[in-house]
Amino acid sequence: MPEVRDLAEKVRSKNAGPFWVTVDIFCGSAEAFERIKNGLTTKAVAERFDTPEQLLKRFDIQSLNVVKISVPRPSVQGTISDRDMHGAGWAALVAEMQIA
Amino acid sequence: MVRVLIPSGALGLGYDHDALERGIANKPDLIAIDGGSTDSGPSYLGRGVSKYARSSTKLEWAGLMDAARRARCPLVIGTAGTCGAGRAVDWLVEITQEILAERGETAKIAVLKSDQPANRVVDALGANRITPLTPAPDIDAPMLESCTNIVALAGVEQITCALDTGADIVIAGRTTDTAIIAALPIAKGIDPGPAWHAAKIGECGALCATNPQSGVIQIDWEGAAFTLTPLADDARATPHTVSAHMLYENADPYLLHEPGGTLDVTEARYDALDDTRVRVTGSVWRKATGYNVKLEGARVAGYQTVVLAVVRDPHYVTNAATWAKDIIAKCTDKALQRTSATADDFTIEIRLIGQNSVLGDLETRVADPVEIGALGLVTAKTPELANEIGKLLNPYLLHHPLTREEEVPTFAFPFSPAEIDRGPVYEFCLNHVMWLDDPMDAFTLEVLDA
Repeated sequence: MPEVRDLAEKVRSKNAGPFWVTVDIFCGSAEAFERIKNGLTTKAVAERFDTPEQLLKRFDIQSLNVVKISVPRPSVQGTISDRDMHGAGWAALVAEMQIA
Repeated sequence: MVRVLIPSGALGLGYDHDALERGIANKPDLIAIDGGSTDSGPSYLGRGVSKYARSSTKLEWAGLMDAARRARCPLVIGTAGTCGAGRAVDWLVEITQEILAERGETAKIAVLKSDQPANRVVDALGANRITPLTPAPDIDAPMLESCTNIVALAGVEQITCALDTGADIVIAGRTTDTAIIAALPIAKGIDPGPAWHAAKIGECGALCATNPQSGVIQIDWEGAAFTLTPLADDARATPHTVSAHMLYENADPYLLHEPGGTLDVTEARYDALDDTRVRVTGSVWRKATGYNVKLEGARVAGYQTVVLAVVRDPHYVTNAATWAKDIIAKCTDKALQRTSATADDFTIEIRLIGQNSVLGDLETRVADPVEIGALGLVTAKTPELANEIGKLLNPYLLHHPLTREEEVPTFAFPFSPAEIDRGPVYEFCLNHVMWLDDPMDAFTLEVLDA
């Protein structure tokens, strides 16, 4: 099974304030968008982040061929347990998920 | 028509000088630039300092002061000095006065401060005028009093008050990134929908265009539309680059909460005017009932000493996690035996760089790297204790064997001394809004003739 990164043009993550991280999947084409939108479940992403699914916000944005998923930060930005001040590393978690 | 020139996403990041010249020639009504955000972490707010070098800040700010003088328009900066705390605002005011003195010039400077004394927030909490956002830490009076800085994010109302003084330069403490751009068009009668939307698109400078590093963009409002024009030679805005910017550092790409209401861009239309410019219509402002401002606060979470060792021996690289776990257990015991500290007074952590130092337990990939950086982190209640336990950790990171039977190994230390004191580490501790009767209730405005 392909991974998100094999199908998408770019996957990035960034802080959306100190308490949220947002992951933008730029699918690059309508075809890749449909495939990722349907093959990547919010439940699976929530499990990857070890976060309850109902806390995630998801936006499938057809006009941009973007799937955007926002997650409460696994650790609040800058706390002693935080490992990634700008939240850029979490993109890899989603980029490496398999698409059915 | 109202025209605002934005030189770059933040003062300190640099801007394209030719593009800025074009912007000046186009006679803007205002030059607006952001001075920071929370993005670099809680230490800047906790200490009230800037993340950017004073030399860069002074050079770029002097260039913008000159640009505003030649364009005969005001210059405004929000979130001065990265965090927008009073001390960082004073730092930029001092730089401004230094530049004016060196040039033999004078200017009227409006200084807007966003600092919140703890007792104001404690009183508001008692009066049910604080509302938590999601997710929010629990707060009470002692916690608020332990903050080294609390700021409120100003909106357009406070920036408008500052501009209304007739100041040449407005230096503002913490504001929303957008407020410094949206204030003037709203004050001149532009609908708040396109005013806030354009501000959100423009707040990072040319990040909403191709050649994002060029910085300089111009926003023109007319009627219910705004037009975005990047001014560098090779920068182009397209409906895609502009609309995609609503994704950036936003949890929600359609709704943006600002003081006094919410911007809704669900129905916005992005049309290319030509190869470089985009016209946007359909942005809606939903005015809220009541007026609140978001709060940010930071406090000391402990004191840290770090030790970095690099493991190259393949046997230890393969077994690094076991090795690190054993070191943490043994060093914790030793710290409890040899110092007066209790288990609540400190933590020891070893992050394995090359294995899972970014994602921790969430990491799913497994591979043997060539080498592993073992970053030992000691966080303690006092700097002395952190340093002492850092020194207890040192011999383990240098020599700890996986088993008693093997020869004592030695790992690579890149530094002497091996332990590095990081001083206080801060944490953000507020994700709340505070309700105000009048927008200026939590802000102070002072006018300096310098």
